[in-house]
Amino acid sequence: MKEKTNTTKQKKTIRITGADAVMRSLASEGVTTIFGYPGGAIMPIYDALMDHTDKIRHILTRHEQGAIHAAQGYARVSGKVGVVLATSGPGATNLITGVADAMIDSTPLVCITGQVAAPLLGSDAFQETDVIGISMPVTKWNYLITKPAEIPEIIAQAFYIARSGRPGPVLIDIAKNAQFGELDFEYHKCIKVRSYVPKPKPDHKKIREAADLINQAKKPYILFGQGIILGNAEDEFRAFVEKSGIPAAWTILGASALSKQHPLNVGMLGMHGNYSTNIKTNECDLLIAIGMRFDDRVTGDLKRYANQARKIHLEIDPAEINKNIRVDVSVLGDVKETLPLLTRLIEKRSHNAWIEGFRKADKIEYDKVISKDLHPTKEGLTMGEVIRILNEKTKGDAIIVTDVGQHQMVTSRYFAFTNKRSFVTSGGLGTMGFGLPAAHGAKIGAPEKEVILIVGDGGLQMTIQELGTINQTQAAVKIVLMNNKYLGMVRQWQQLFFGRRYSETYLLNPDFIKVAEGFGIKGKKVLHRPELENAVQDMLDFNGPYFLEVNIEKEDNVFPMVPTGASVSEVILEPQK
Amino acid sequence: MASENGNNGNGNENGKQNYTISAFSENHIGLLNRITIIFTRRHINIESLTVSVSAIKGIHKFTIVVNDTREKVEQVVSQIEKLVEVLKAFYHTDDEVIYQEIALFKVPTKALIEGDELEATIRKHNARILEVRPEYTVIEKTGYKEEYLELFEALKKYKVLQFTSSGRVAVTRSGKELFSNYLQEAGEVTVVYEGKD
Repeated sequence: MKEKTNTTKQKKTIRITGADAVMRSLASEGVTTIFGYPGGAIMPIYDALMDHTDKIRHILTRHEQGAIHAAQGYARVSGKVGVVLATSGPGATNLITGVADAMIDSTPLVCITGQVAAPLLGSDAFQETDVIGISMPVTKWNYLITKPAEIPEIIAQAFYIARSGRPGPVLIDIAKNAQFGELDFEYHKCIKVRSYVPKPKPDHKKIREAADLINQAKKPYILFGQGIILGNAEDEFRAFVEKSGIPAAWTILGASALSKQHPLNVGMLGMHGNYSTNIKTNECDLLIAIGMRFDDRVTGDLKRYANQARKIHLEIDPAEINKNIRVDVSVLGDVKETLPLLTRLIEKRSHNAWIEGFRKADKIEYDKVISKDLHPTKEGLTMGEVIRILNEKTKGDAIIVTDVGQHQMVTSRYFAFTNKRSFVTSGGLGTMGFGLPAAHGAKIGAPEKEVILIVGDGGLQMTIQELGTINQTQAAVKIVLMNNKYLGMVRQWQQLFFGRRYSETYLLNPDFIKVAEGFGIKGKKVLHRPELENAVQDMLDFNGPYFLEVNIEKEDNVFPMVPTGASVSEVILEPQK
Repeated sequence: MASENGNNGNGNENGKQNYTISAFSENHIGLLNRITIIFTRRHINIESLTVSVSAIKGIHKFTIVVNDTREKVEQVVSQIEKLVEVLKAFYHTDDEVIYQEIALFKVPTKALIEGDELEATIRKHNARILEVRPEYTVIEKTGYKEEYLELFEALKKYKVLQFTSSGRVAVTRSGKELFSNYLQEAGEVTVVYEGKD
């Protein structure tokens, strides 16, 4: 490390390379962990990394997609900004799925990619790709650095933008000459960007209007989403729910914002949510949406969505107001600030008769669906019973990560989330292959917690190479593979809506236990019900990463279901004839 | 650039009408792309687009004309305003703004020399001659699109060698200057760093 202290100016700066400045800037932002993969255009930064390994740990994944999903898992459980390093060209393009996933699920990330030297930009140089252009629609902000002197200020802006307001991914592309070149380095955190308003100021008049609607409502209903988790407002939210006495249902990303055991938590919304939560949407007289965005998987047919109800929307992003659903009162701002103001103005109430209606619907769902899922009498194993055993063993005290598909819906429906930030799943983008790397990142971000991945046989094989990364870090991720030898969710739709024409959904799978063992990870396969409980216990007791494969019955379907284009009140509990 | 349905943009077919969107932004590379992506993604055609300096130093103004429903335009404008480098975005119907476009026509000078007719046409349409050369004459017309298209029709018999027109520029009719007030509050420094002057 060559460095000269420059004292000619008043301020104390040091003369260092751009690459070194990248590392020092990251350290100044409190970054302790980076996920990445080296390559030609980012080699100076990787070289500088060697001088900062006392402060920054780099985790070498097996693919850039593995790096970014790991950073997402890390960010989601820790609340910190996830940091990713990748090279130019294919390195950068391999990040794009993760960037798009982080954008739609509002995950704070700073991705740093190497770029060819500035004089070569636009010349179709080796491994040159326009990653700024490619990532523009799926980043909150991006920037191409061509001069070393830009590095500290742009990195400071990147972190500020990624984590403030509605969080999101930021991509910084650094030309190789800027990594090699020198600058007088000093670091100052960014505290304001003139053109950017991260948090609208709470409007007290709107909060008053919202409180009046709540105080008048006979059948009010709360819908909550990830906004509560992103705003660290779980306590403020619980206080609001408890004073108002209003039943509260969650979107998939809101899952761990309120303990599932809370008496006012009535369940999950949407296509594979609960029965009561969907039908009551069209019976309430007031909808209070908090930190959620009325995704089509939550609303079903918009024309027949809660037309009878007045609507309040608490939201940090003004662009979400009236985007899908027109609301009567919008309360802009950070829910951490707006919820306590609202709680102060509402009357303490209970809505027992209204909540009783949820319970009645729950009973119907239990008899028709849940009992068969959790306590099956048929021979084949169900995903539901695996989750039930995990609940019994962990008491809900674990971080659960999923991939995408049937197992994801079963897990969100049945796992007994008790702690905040305890669920990591790809919600908006539905990215198969997300689970394994995200679980690894989650374990790195919360090493003291039990981290359990629930994954299907399809999604696992999209990023299965990350078993190698897990073996290298020895992070004790517990992997539960729900193997039904099919792309189960697609197969379910084919069964229900495409006349059982199973087009390209059968998978001839490898021997997963041998694969896991080949990667140095201990594994076990469960074929029959009597073996399941002990196998789960063995997995949890094992000190290190562990791979548990469970043979799941092929035709284990997810219900209830709001079919595409149907209204939430048309939620079905079993296949229709 | 004419609307697909052939109307002049002021009609109200399917609830669609012309909207002038004004966005004020920092002067950064790539921002034009960021803004147009918002339209492309929603399959909305941009009728015209003008990028210019604004009355405030260092701040650029995008003036974009689209023909769509108020609902769609409202959403697009909030997505534009959401961009980190955009300070404010507004939308206005045609009757809420005073707007003009400029058109240039290049015609053979022969027509000008051979009679008074072309000169009369130019006068009648309130256009003016910018330059006369032995081979060609350049005529300028500032006004509404319908006006310069009408002139274009009238000039066709003299053989128009080149025709080009600009995007719309517009100012609001409202007496309140919302953006100027907003900007005064926002201050002149684009990025603020902790402990740095």
